[in-house]
Order: sequence, then C-alpha cells, then structure tokens
Amino acid sequence: MDIRPIFSTLRRHKIPALLLILEVALTCAIVCNAVFLISQRLERNEMASGVVEHELVQVQVANIGKSTDAKARAQEDLALLRQLPGVTAAALVNQVPFTNSSSNTSIKLDPTQKLPTLNATMYMGEGLIKAYGVRLVAGRDFDADEYLDFDAMKSNPDLQDKVGSVIVTQALAERLWPGESALGKKIYLGETSVRVIGVVQALIRPSLSNGDNTAQWTMIFPLRMSTASASRYVLRTAPGSREQVLEGAARVLRKADPHRIVLEKKTLDEIRSDFFQNDRAMAGILVGVIAALLVVTALGIVGLASFWVAQRRRTIGVRRALGATRRHILNYFQTENFLLASIGIALGMVLAYGINLFLMLHYELPRLPAIYFPVGAVVLWLIGQAAVLGPALRAAAVPPVVATRSV
Amino acid sequence: MFGYYLDLALRSLKRNKALTALMVLAIALGIGASMTTLTVLHVLSGDPLPGRSGKLFYPQLDPQDMDGYKPQDEPPTQVGWIDGIALLHAGRARHQALMTGGAVPIQPMQSAIDPFFEDARYTSADFFPMFEVPFLYGHGWNAADDEASARVAVLSRKLNDKLFGGKDSTGQTLRMDDVAFRIVGVLDSWRPTPHFYDLHTGSYSAEEGVFVPLTTATDLKFARNGSTDCWGKGMSDDMKTATCTWLQFWVQLDTPAEAVAYKQFLLNYSQEQKALGRFQRPANVRLRNVMDWLDYNKVVPSDVHLQVWLAFGFLLVCLVNTVGLMLAKFLRRSAELGVRRALGASRRSLFAQLLVEAGAVGLVGGAGGLLLALLGLWLVRRQPSDYAALAHLDLPMLLATFASAVLATLLAGLLPAWRACLIPPALQLKSN
Repeated sequence: MDIRPIFSTLRRHKIPALLLILEVALTCAIVCNAVFLISQRLERNEMASGVVEHELVQVQVANIGKSTDAKARAQEDLALLRQLPGVTAAALVNQVPFTNSSSNTSIKLDPTQKLPTLNATMYMGEGLIKAYGVRLVAGRDFDADEYLDFDAMKSNPDLQDKVGSVIVTQALAERLWPGESALGKKIYLGETSVRVIGVVQALIRPSLSNGDNTAQWTMIFPLRMSTASASRYVLRTAPGSREQVLEGAARVLRKADPHRIVLEKKTLDEIRSDFFQNDRAMAGILVGVIAALLVVTALGIVGLASFWVAQRRRTIGVRRALGATRRHILNYFQTENFLLASIGIALGMVLAYGINLFLMLHYELPRLPAIYFPVGAVVLWLIGQAAVLGPALRAAAVPPVVATRSV
Repeated sequence: MFGYYLDLALRSLKRNKALTALMVLAIALGIGASMTTLTVLHVLSGDPLPGRSGKLFYPQLDPQDMDGYKPQDEPPTQVGWIDGIALLHAGRARHQALMTGGAVPIQPMQSAIDPFFEDARYTSADFFPMFEVPFLYGHGWNAADDEASARVAVLSRKLNDKLFGGKDSTGQTLRMDDVAFRIVGVLDSWRPTPHFYDLHTGSYSAEEGVFVPLTTATDLKFARNGSTDCWGKGMSDDMKTATCTWLQFWVQLDTPAEAVAYKQFLLNYSQEQKALGRFQRPANVRLRNVMDWLDYNKVVPSDVHLQVWLAFGFLLVCLVNTVGLMLAKFLRRSAELGVRRALGASRRSLFAQLLVEAGAVGLVGGAGGLLLALLGLWLVRRQPSDYAALAHLDLPMLLATFASAVLATLLAGLLPAWRACLIPPALQLKSN
C-alpha cells in the first residue's frame, strides 16, 4: 500500500497528528517504567531467606519485672516446647528474618585496617541452624561445647575472646574472600577475632535498611541466649500443624511462667507477608495506573480518529466514487494509525530510557532491560489498532454517493 | 457575556455527550491521581509543631574514637548518657530535654484487662513545656523528680481511656514492670506528624502511651526501643557507661542569637572533652532545627515521591488526551463558529467563549477528580504503612484540587481554542 497520500494528509493536520504521537510516546515511556517497577517489587517480594519458611513459627514473649534465673527459665521453656506434639526443633534466638529488629556490627579482615570492611548482622542462639533449617554447604555446625552464655559475655567483655568461631553465609564469604574457601579465615570484630568454621547457603538479615544488596551479609555466633537477652522462640514443625503448635507454645509458655506477656505469635509466612506488604501495595498501585493509562490512551485515539473520519467524510466519498474499495479505506486508517503509533513508540523508547536514568539516579533502580522495548512497542501497536478499528470501519461504511451530495 | 458563553458551552457540551464525558473522565482521573499522591506528600512533609518548630533544635556531637574516622562524616544522630546528662545539666537553653523510646509492661489493677506492653517515652521534665504538649488532667513532672528518679508517670489520653475509662486518674497508682508509679498527668490528644523527636522509633508512629522520667527508667533498666550505635568497648550492662549513642537531645532557643551562642557552646564543650581525652575526633557539631532535621533524615518515604512523579506523568497523558479531544470538538463546530464570526463576533470573544467551555469541563472534571481523590485516599488509608491513617484531605488541598483541575483544563484548551479561532468565516459559510 502506498503511504505517500497518508503523509500528505498528515502534513495538513499537523496538530492532531502530533498530539496522538505525543500521547503514545508518554504512555509508552510511563508504562515501560511502571511495568519494570512492578517486576522489581515482585522480585523483592520473592527474595530468598535461606530458612524453611513454611515450617517455622515464632512466639515472642516479654517478662514483667526482672527474672531471677533467666538461663534456667530459657532451658526449661525450650524443654517444654520440644515436647509439644509436632515440634521437630526449637531455639531461643536473638533475631528472626523479616522482623526488622536486628543487631549488626562492623567487621574487618585485618586489625590494622583504618576503615571497616563492611557491616554484617549477627544471629545468635543455641541450635539456630537446625531450627531455621539453614543449609550448611561447607564446614560444620557448632559443637554443643562451643556455645558460651551471651549474658555472661555481656557482663564480662573479656569472655569475647573465647567465642572463637563463626559461621557465615555463602554471599558474605564470596564478598570477603572472592574465589577462595572461607573455612579457617579470620574476621575481626572490634578487638577480638573469630575463625570461620562453616558456610551456610543463605540466611537473610532481619532488616533490609542497609540496602537489598547486603541482604545476605550474615554471621552466626555460638552464643546461648537467655530470657533476659532474647525474647523470640522459633519452632520448626510440619506446615499443617503450625497453627496448632503456635497455640500450644503460647499456652505452655504462659503456664510455665505466668509473669510474662506473649507479644506476638505468628508463622514465618505471615511475618514475611507483613514485611513485603508495602512492595505489594506499590505494585498494586502501579497496575492500577497502567490500566487507567492504557484505557485513557485508547479512548483518546478513538476520539481523535472519530473526529478525523467525520472531517474527511467527503474525501472518503470521493475516493470511494473513484473506485476505492471498503477495504482500501479501512487499510488507509489502520496504516495511518500504525505510522503515528510507530513514531510515538520510537519517541517513547527514548523517553522511557530517560525516565529510567532519572529513576536509577534517585531511586537506586537497575537499568531497564532491553526486552521491555519490543514488548512495549507491540502492546501499544495492538492498542492503537484496536482503538482505531471502530472509527475506521465507520469510515469504510461511508457510501460513494456522499461525494456527489455535499459540494 | 460570561452567562451567554456559559449557556453556549453547556449546549455544546450536551450536544456531544460521549466526547464531553471522555474529556471529563480524563481530567478527573489525572487530577484524582495527582491530588491523592500530593495530599499524602503534603501530610507527610508537614510541620509537626507549626509556629514552634523554628525554635526547636537538635544538637549533635561526635564522641567516637578515631577508628573508622573520615573527616567529611556527619556526627552520630544521637548522644550517649554522659554527654546527654552534661548538656541537660548545663541548662544553656531556655528548655532542654533528653529522651529515648521504650516499651513497658502495664499491669492494670482491674482483673478484666490482662497485662500488656505499651510504647513509652523516657524523658526529662522540659519535654512537656518545650513541645507545648496539651494536658487534659494534672501536669508533667519537674526537674527535682528527674534528679530523684521519682516513680511518676504521665499517660496519653488513649491509655487513660483504656485503663480508667477517661476519668481523671491523677494521684492514682499504675504498676509497670512490677514497680508502682504515681500518675501525675494525663495528656490530651497529641500526635505530632512526623514523629520528629525520635525518628528511630518510626517516622510517623503515634505518640507513646506512657511517659516516665529518663532517670527512673534507666535505673530500673526498662526495655528500650530504637537504635543504639556503639564504638570501642561498646555495649555493656550499664548503659550509663557504655560507649554508645542511644538518646535524643532537644533544646529550645528562641532567637537566632541564642542559636549561634548555643552552637558555640557545643563547640567549646567538644573541645573541652577532647582536651580531657574523652573525645578523640576533631570537634564536629551540628545544630539543626526541626524542619532541617526532618529534611536531613529524609523522612518522607521515597515511594511517596515516586507515586507523585507517577501521578504527574499520568496527568500529563490525560491532558494531552484532553487537548486532542478538545481540538476535535472545537474544529467540528467550525461551521457554527464561522457563522458567529460572520455575524461580527471578534476572534477574542470566540476565544473567550471556547475557554469558558474548557473551564466548564475543568470544573466538572475537578468535581470528579475530588471524588476520585477521596476514593484514592480511602485506598491509601487501607494500606499497611504507619502513615496510612494520616492521609486525609484538608481544606487547602480541596481548593487546590478544583483550582488545578480548572487551570489544567484551561491550559489544555488554549491550543484548540486558538486553532479554532483561526478558521476563516467565509470558507465555512460556503461549504455547508
């Protein structure tokens, strides 16, 4: 089909043509970036934690007043919890993934270093690796006699030197010693040092406020917590019996010591879902905006095309009288829309890239993957064609006799 | 003339209902989305204490050792016990208060209510007069209570409603963490937004339920909430000697001269401490007022900014769309406009007439936008974030909604109206 007549017509209707191009370009740019943002949020929502999420529940308790023997209290609680039907492992831990509450420390690889190498989180609690179901990929778990009491260490800082060993995540090991085995390597914390005895596949930080790229910078220490220094009991059980275990655990803990309050009892799935709810809400908002944007653009194209057809009724009549078929007229308007949409899309791509650069600068977003460009183009072409179909069919229905009537 | 134009506009809008509805819908969607996000931004970046925030300052010092020292670094965002108490006792400002957040187990006298945890603020006497906290019953405590680690407490209105059914509870006893406290005051509703005095416990969290003297809470080792940053020997059982920053310190300085003098005082204090060997880094002090402090901490979530950008992009598309539709609408009436021109109407009056028509679309679109903004804010309030409940439309934003809708539509109408005025009357008269 010859597109020259289309161009010459468009040249005489510059403003509507430019408006249509502009609208398509803006829509294309915004939609590409919005879809990319959605994919980022959903990807974050799926972030791996390294623990057996579907099998874990957490009960958080707090004491009223000062407990007299926090260490014995913790051991008794754990013994009671392990007896609950369905519980395969239990631990009293200082922190739990996705709860936002965490202890972190700066570490060095060399004590003479002026600035710390990085900041990593510290997990503590006897039997933590087994309870969380974290997968060990190198080295070993802590032996029972390796554990020290956290409370004793806190009141006597000299004991810090006795800790001696640490287990790190694969991501942290790779960051600290790229390409080497981490086993036996030393990490310096303040004035003390610890030696890596094991590497786990993954264990996410409880809070991602230091940035998602540091999410897996985690260390696990052989320290035993008491009810004075930790409040979170983690229980592992079959997915089907989580609710029942939670109820049982809260009941048992309250009965063992009525002088305390159960602050929270939740499955890890619930805790995770709460943690990422803002991301999901944002993704929802973006979906809404994209839908509204596409509808507005489509309706705009319908409106402009209808106007166009009405304005050119006579011309169409003349063309029909001179022998053009209905199909010719239909194709004419479809081709015209395709051309305008293509220019708009090309412009939109450039704009999309610009917006992406802006977002990268201000919102720490990665670069827009190239796949978004062809997909965005196809979507907008389809919407343009769908929107123009109605008006184009109406144009094709203009009878040739119109040509003889109106002049 | 305006009445006549309006009449013409309404007739014309009625003649082509689909096109009119499309324009109104586009304007309403764009304005609705923009006003929803702008209202959230407006609420979140507001002044927590209008009229007072310029006089309240947040002093910062750098007490850390040389480990990890970089000359361009900002000082820590909190102070430690020794410096906090020293600055408090120095009393160089009109008011000063030292504080931290926490949580305490409340043991109600009534057996009907189980013990529960309540967010608390451990602070010093000036907290109440300095922030002009409104009291429903009683009053705050005084500096002597601070010195004596007195077992006194102030309740929020909400907690007083829960525990005492809203009655005046001053003089009554409240058991917290196995310790009896005497209630000296009950606050009226008070929720500064953002929660400026302690951003570590949530930038938009609600006010705490119970207030007790910091000295009392520290002596009793009440549980703390918030952030602790340590260096050197770091954490220990006794937070009074730990080399950590964990307290917020606020001062009230009524004149710029006082602020300058206070900053000099901070500098002198730092140098003195360095001479004594307690501080090791070069003196590094800051003295920001409330709004600067909020700005420095970037309290408004970046998602909110992102949503504003998104909404404005959307509004832009809606406006381009409206320009197109309006052009179609005006040019379709070329014949009518040609007749008016031929009968003597000037280009100016045609232009005015078309703009009135655009304004009418804007007004209806604004009403639609307002409804959509109310719907949008209702959706925002159902979101999980801690600021969600604050998203309400106030009068300035309501007026701004209409103003921006009309203004945007008039802008969108300029090009089509101008284009339509250029039509030569003769041609139109001939062709029909």
